[in-house]
Amino acid sequence: MLLGPALAVSAVLFTIGVAGVLIRRNAIVIFMCVELMLNAVNLTFVALAQRLGVSGQIFVFFVMAVAAAEAAVGLAIILAIYRHRETVDLGKITLLKG
Amino acid sequence: MTTIIFWAFAAIAVGSALLCVTRRSPIASALWLVLVYAGAIMVLFLFVIMLLNLGRAGPSDRKGALAWAVAAALGAGLLVPLAGLARAAPPAAIQLPEGTMAALQQQQGMVGAVARPLFETYLVPFEITSLLLLAAIVGAVVLAKRKL
Repeated sequence: MLLGPALAVSAVLFTIGVAGVLIRRNAIVIFMCVELMLNAVNLTFVALAQRLGVSGQIFVFFVMAVAAAEAAVGLAIILAIYRHRETVDLGKITLLKG
Repeated sequence: MTTIIFWAFAAIAVGSALLCVTRRSPIASALWLVLVYAGAIMVLFLFVIMLLNLGRAGPSDRKGALAWAVAAALGAGLLVPLAGLARAAPPAAIQLPEGTMAALQQQQGMVGAVARPLFETYLVPFEITSLLLLAAIVGAVVLAKRKL
């Protein structure tokens, strides 16, 4: 029931997340777009769990735990970068540019 | 009825995701993302945005027209194959018979149907998750602290 539409919605959400990563420069906003992509995948898991068993719903828990760990470490890195360079604009962080 | 509710929530999710990606202020982005996904992680995001004082209106961080064109082209290229999934069905061999999940929820309850396999079949991954979270806590403290 509604499996196809749910997969379509999650595909649209994932694509919006990818586009967001490509059009923004603020590190935190890019991070939020990555979060959006993770949640699109979670939606796929939940939708397919209805047909393939509860393992999908359980995997969503693990994805959320990994997302929480990733957000904690990533935001700490952004904080450290901000202290060092007074900006979170990825266009201005050009250490690797020759 | 379920269909109407599904499409209403789907429209809200897609609309607020679009607004999240296109709003200029990071705080507005974070608040729109809350509509897609309300969780503790969003509180962390808002906390960091306010800590770094990024909420004030500054120059836009959105890239120029070229980046938008590239994003639109790549997005369309990604969306077309992904949208094909909407018509695909999982192979019949691994599909549960119709009504299995409903019967399971009737028998064990909404929470029990998920909790039982989580704490039986998936007990070891569940415990490993705690190690992951511990590593993340230690890593975040080490990275964010000025002097250890």
